[in-house]
Amino acid sequence: MMLRVNNLACERGGVPVLEGVTFDIAAGDALILRGANGIGKTTLLRTLAGLQPALSGTIDFPPEEAAYASHADGVKSTLSVTENLRFWADIYARPLPDDIFDRFDLTDLRDRAAATLSAGQKRRLGLARLGVIGRKVLFLDEPTVSLDRFSVKLFADFLRDVHLSQGGVAVIATHIDLGIDAPELDLGPYRATPEARGGSDEAFL
Amino acid sequence: MSIWEYANPKKFMSTTAPVLPWVFGLAGLCLAVGLVWGFFFTPDDYRQGSTVKIIYLHVPSALMAINAWLMMLVASLIWLVRRHHVSALAARAAAPVGIAMTLIALATGAIWGQPMWGTWWAWDPRLTSFLILFLFYLGYVALWAAIEDPDTAADLTSVLCIVGSVFALLSRYAVNFWNQGLHQGASLSLDKEENVSDVFYQPLLLSMAGFILLFIALVILRTRTEIRVRRIKALLTRARRA
Amino acid sequence: MIALLTRDLRLAVRAGGGFGLGLAFFLIVVVLVPFGVGPQTELLSRIAPGILWVAALLAALLSLDRILALDYEDGSLALLATSPLPLEATGLVKAVAHWLTTGLPLTMAAPVLGFLLHLKPEGYLPLLGSLALGTPALSMIGTFGAALTVGVRRGGLLLSLLVLPLYVPTLIFGAEVVRRGAEGLATTTPLIMLAGITLGCFALLPFASAAALRVNLK
Repeated sequence: MMLRVNNLACERGGVPVLEGVTFDIAAGDALILRGANGIGKTTLLRTLAGLQPALSGTIDFPPEEAAYASHADGVKSTLSVTENLRFWADIYARPLPDDIFDRFDLTDLRDRAAATLSAGQKRRLGLARLGVIGRKVLFLDEPTVSLDRFSVKLFADFLRDVHLSQGGVAVIATHIDLGIDAPELDLGPYRATPEARGGSDEAFL
Repeated sequence: MSIWEYANPKKFMSTTAPVLPWVFGLAGLCLAVGLVWGFFFTPDDYRQGSTVKIIYLHVPSALMAINAWLMMLVASLIWLVRRHHVSALAARAAAPVGIAMTLIALATGAIWGQPMWGTWWAWDPRLTSFLILFLFYLGYVALWAAIEDPDTAADLTSVLCIVGSVFALLSRYAVNFWNQGLHQGASLSLDKEENVSDVFYQPLLLSMAGFILLFIALVILRTRTEIRVRRIKALLTRARRA
Repeated sequence: MIALLTRDLRLAVRAGGGFGLGLAFFLIVVVLVPFGVGPQTELLSRIAPGILWVAALLAALLSLDRILALDYEDGSLALLATSPLPLEATGLVKAVAHWLTTGLPLTMAAPVLGFLLHLKPEGYLPLLGSLALGTPALSMIGTFGAALTVGVRRGGLLLSLLVLPLYVPTLIFGAEVVRRGAEGLATTTPLIMLAGITLGCFALLPFASAAALRVNLK
């Protein structure tokens, strides 16, 4: 088992939003998070990635293997496409794989400054980071925003053929059909009840 | 029974409600007796004349200006270590009172300094240190005001308070190094032979007690307000979700 | 860490703005002072150490909000927080990068501006030395202030309000070195104090900055 989440509760703005979230993902599998806007998909992913503490429950995955990506992809507009990717490769102390440019259709854009890219191209650059850093456990928040159908397919191919086939796992919040074979988890039933305990405001009630 | 029980907002509210009027009353009594005694029933100083009597406002307010910051430091540490909301809110509540005390100390100092040194203001180490302390207070209050999420604000202001304390201390020494002063040494200390004489000492102690009690009363009052504000916010958030 | 440092330096050079602006600001403040106080050589020469230090401090202050705000807005900071690089190292590298693009050029330019203010010849070496030793502390303290205010929209003014009181000890000892140097007195004591403040800042403030960043990224 690669990622095991047990009875997790998380909060946003001092109020519990989700409770009792429990799931397991085996190596090579992905999980798609579903749920209405505001249900807490982003909160859950940020909690899983360790950006905010959980109210209760446990999250288990191999240490030093998680990576997080949100719709803000940290692309620096004055750096070229290659420089952006090389930076992340260096931070994670990994070589920059050559095939990454082909996989995300960035070969012709290699030396372009990121400022001159379209929104979709920038998005592809941001996602290519995931192929560079080589982390096994990915937490992806709306990865396909502003991608066209062709780019969505590129990304799904990367997830299926590279990431998952090499034993990685991914938790993905998305509203569209990625075209990868993965179970879905509807967060609706985990919505915290008004009586849920543990929010930081609780002491004042 | 542990002291931390009082860090629960509800327990704090119910405990302080009956105590608060007494603290205010006692503060008023100490201040009234101390100040009237000091102003009207003590002799003039042989050198300073009647101007010395401002000591009954100047020394206690200066004392509280520094102790308010110390209290904020302790409260910030408690918040960071034990996550008691009352502690963070008490630190927030104390800051404006500390600012008021610092301003009173600076103003009474200027009024005292004019006849004594012939100037309203001098870049003397003690005076300058208080001015710097005032700036630290301003930054602290501004940071609280600028951040919306109350827990984030509590965390960040606590970190600022701790770092600020170190730098305030450093500034104190730096300022000493930078200029020798006009200001007399501390008028009161336990290990010194030559304190102010008893005639002045007793009313001064009373007015100091009055200032301390007044500070405690104001901080409790303001902490209660902050707790109510948080409670309203928490209830509103939940009402919106339900 | 090297990767982040190179990236930040590259960004600073390419963006153009931050690099030269601080220097230009330094120059303008120093040029304005004689208009304010009058052109007497003797007066200018006496206040030169203080003016140079205050101007350098203000010029360093100018670019503080760029240290972290840009990375916060485009999401890099959250990605860095989940990367193998600890946030303490991120804070430290950010301060070093800020010093290399601001403090170092200011130190290099200061002697030229000292010339404009008729700084006494004995003052030049202490001026270079004190700025070289003191401006790193300004960058580190500034990074801490930037970490505190990174989540505040339009936090620039607040940042100045928080950081300026923290700059007091550095300014006092830094200007004292130059003043004493210009008068031909021994400068060892304030120099040691200045070095102590800088070392202390670099030893402790990365941790405080990381703590503040973690809270702000929550």
